[in-house]
Amino acid sequence: MAVVPQVAAQSTSEGSPSAPTARVRLAVNGVRHELDLDTRQSLLDVLREDLGLTGTKKGCNQGACGACTILLNGRRVVSCLTLAAMHDGATVETIEGLEKNGELHPLQSAFVEHDGLQCGFCTPGQIMSAVGCIAEGHAGSPDDIRFWMSGNICRCGAYPGIVAAVADAAKRV
Amino acid sequence: MTMAIIGRPLARVDGRAKVTGAARYAADFNQPGQAYAVIVSATVGLGRVTGMDSAAIEKMPGILAVLSHLNAPRLAYGQHKSYIDPATGERLHVLQDERIRFHGQPVAVVVATTIAQAERAAAALRVSYNAERPVVDSAGPEARPIVPEAGRQPDARLPADKARGDADRALAESPVKVDETYDIARENHNPMEPHATIASWNGDRLTLWSKSQFVVNEQAEIAAIFGLPLENVTVICPFIGGAFGTSLRTWPHVTLAAMAAQHVRRPVKLVLTRKQMFFTTGHRPRTVQRIALGATADGKLTSVVHEGTGETSRYEEFMEALTSVTTFLYSCPNVRTRYRLVPVDTGTPNHMRGPGEASGVFALECAMDELAYKLRLDPIDLRRRNEPAIDEGENKPFSSRSLMRCYDLGAEHFGWARRTPEPRSMRDGRLLVGMGVASASYPAFHAPATARARLLPDGTAEVEIAASDMGPGTYTSMTQVAAETLGLPVERVRFSLGRSDYPPAPSHGGSWTMASVGSAIRAACIAVREEAAKGRTDRPIEATASSQRDPQAAERFSMHSFGAVFVEIAVDPDVGTIRVRRAVGAYGIGRVVNPRLARSQCTGGMVGGIGMALMERTVLDARDGRPVNAHMADYLMPVNLDILQLEAHFVEEADPHVNQLGVKGLGEIALVGIAPAIANAVFHATGKRVRALPIRIEDVLTA
Ligand code: FES
Ligand code: FES
Repeated sequence: MAVVPQVAAQSTSEGSPSAPTARVRLAVNGVRHELDLDTRQSLLDVLREDLGLTGTKKGCNQGACGACTILLNGRRVVSCLTLAAMHDGATVETIEGLEKNGELHPLQSAFVEHDGLQCGFCTPGQIMSAVGCIAEGHAGSPDDIRFWMSGNICRCGAYPGIVAAVADAAKRV
Repeated sequence: MTMAIIGRPLARVDGRAKVTGAARYAADFNQPGQAYAVIVSATVGLGRVTGMDSAAIEKMPGILAVLSHLNAPRLAYGQHKSYIDPATGERLHVLQDERIRFHGQPVAVVVATTIAQAERAAAALRVSYNAERPVVDSAGPEARPIVPEAGRQPDARLPADKARGDADRALAESPVKVDETYDIARENHNPMEPHATIASWNGDRLTLWSKSQFVVNEQAEIAAIFGLPLENVTVICPFIGGAFGTSLRTWPHVTLAAMAAQHVRRPVKLVLTRKQMFFTTGHRPRTVQRIALGATADGKLTSVVHEGTGETSRYEEFMEALTSVTTFLYSCPNVRTRYRLVPVDTGTPNHMRGPGEASGVFALECAMDELAYKLRLDPIDLRRRNEPAIDEGENKPFSSRSLMRCYDLGAEHFGWARRTPEPRSMRDGRLLVGMGVASASYPAFHAPATARARLLPDGTAEVEIAASDMGPGTYTSMTQVAAETLGLPVERVRFSLGRSDYPPAPSHGGSWTMASVGSAIRAACIAVREEAAKGRTDRPIEATASSQRDPQAAERFSMHSFGAVFVEIAVDPDVGTIRVRRAVGAYGIGRVVNPRLARSQCTGGMVGGIGMALMERTVLDARDGRPVNAHMADYLMPVNLDILQLEAHFVEEADPHVNQLGVKGLGEIALVGIAPAIANAVFHATGKRVRALPIRIEDVLTA
């Protein structure tokens, strides 16, 4: 049977008893936010529904596809399985923050150049994952890239282009 | 001035939008004041809803509405049937009665202020049922095959029965025979983007930002369901995060989003969960097929029998071209095909990339391989001996057919000559190596379409059509067609699609977008160019033009793409793992508009084919019809590590008959032929003939 947790119940503007909330400070793509969040909210839902950053995608909400990959304190994570309330003070980077002064990040241009995308839905997650993959030193060879990029499913099957793009960009970043 | 823009390997014009997160898919169109809807899905496979404790969750925070058959408005559900709907049967009428027809059918929709509130309440809603036992095994003892209604006439597009000569007698008299049954598992499309609709009413006008491969049909269907004039509904979908057929039809969640938005009087966003993507949005039907081949000792086919059944739902007869290719792929005087459906208690299947052809060709091409072994012939040689001069099923010449040239080109790139024919004869260290080959084919369709082109005062042009781009690169290839026809550089052409208020395009599927939409754009651009050539100096010059296939050409010719697929696999004999090391496809698809994108589309189709061959299957619980692996981690699909070297090549092929652009389409054929080539390679590697997909480790371990 469903039981709503009664921890620190507060009131919403509509006056009904609410789920617990938490104050969370996040720096997202260099912009500071102070948010009162429902503690059940994933970082993904906060980005997409509260902050309007819809570049990060929800492919499964089950931690199994990688479409929601972002950098949390510099490390790649699946934001759908990351509770926002647990990351007060964190730094978040999303696909919207990669382009600097109108210049695409080398990975972004490499994905276009090597056609590492088709529908583009997995692409933000692929690119953020690739930023992490390169930073971790896991982009040394195509085999390495295949292995360390396998958490990001591409149903369009753009894998050969993705591997080529990551290998190419790894030389430039 | 001719500017050769068609044929250039341009990068995607929408590439920048896609790599920056700026491309907006349905669920990205958040509206001010939007509420969130979550569907509650039936947990029984057949029966009736007997009760629902809505009151308990209506008290939960933020809940705006709980809609079920008990309180949902009775919708008009006016007559509406498009060519992408099954010809026989009627769509599911959602929340209109208490009956449960299949596991996962929507029984309620919960609307709340935030997504977390809606999800929580939907999970807490208690529904009671009177459950019956569904029949979900289309090959089980309770399965009752039927003759599809729309296939009864001999001149039907997909005839249930078709024959030339006397295939059964010829089979009995053939000195060499293969007679086997092939079983392909149910698959789900599983595009990365879940189905999503944001619905917003303004009085009696409805706007839907909705994932759709067919926005004008979604508009017409929703108008019919709600009893609205057509022009009151607008459907917007500039980007599709993959679909592979699942967004051809308008499924119940679109109606639910609109219903919910009307009820709570604010915009509503409804996104299906990944699990729900296995319930109500179609699937590749499981098929069971018998192929019987008879041949002379020197490898001339004397008989082909193809009997296939596909599953469908109880309320609609979904049909696909399961047996069609068999009627023309090879020369044979005696051919008999039979197509039946087995209604089961699940949602209605739907076209999934390469639809019936992919399944039918799997069976035929595995059987051809088996026959080649019986005859001790090279499998390509067997096909060469049976290459027809015309389409013997239709008794018409082909508009173009390059199958043997595809085999030549593919064999050269693949290095087929290095293959030794004996099973288990090729090794790499302790690994067993197998090489397999198969033919591919898909019709070159063409549907009427209308486009609008506009030449502006600043020398740029705008082109509009209600087409879609689910990933093949419609934005780019159509920009190329428009730029070349108008004599403008591509940077000066702005191409827009995905709005139902643009001139109508056919559904984005069946590999006919390039042909149909491209020809319409070409026609509109020619009309603009001719106006401008009259010396008109005023701007804008606008023209709307339509195109369709020359009916005489359609009458005279049989029009299909052909291809040859080569695969090399390695099997670990100790643990039975199968790895596709290389795949080479060679295709005759008419003119290639953009080789870079065409290659991507082909290799993407190969990845889909690898999934079909080795991984994908939706398993239904026999007790209640529940898909037990409705999860992205349990429904196996290729990941990056599964994909090694993939190559696509195109033979030069000029086909003046298919359409003015000479294009045949590519998206579907790219998947056809991969699975049989892999199955044939598995036999070559292991000596084990596996006739059921997906081929699993245990199939090979018992070799
Ligand atoms: S949406 Fe987070 S992993 Fe799929
Ligand atoms: S580009 Fe479509 S899922 Fe990767």
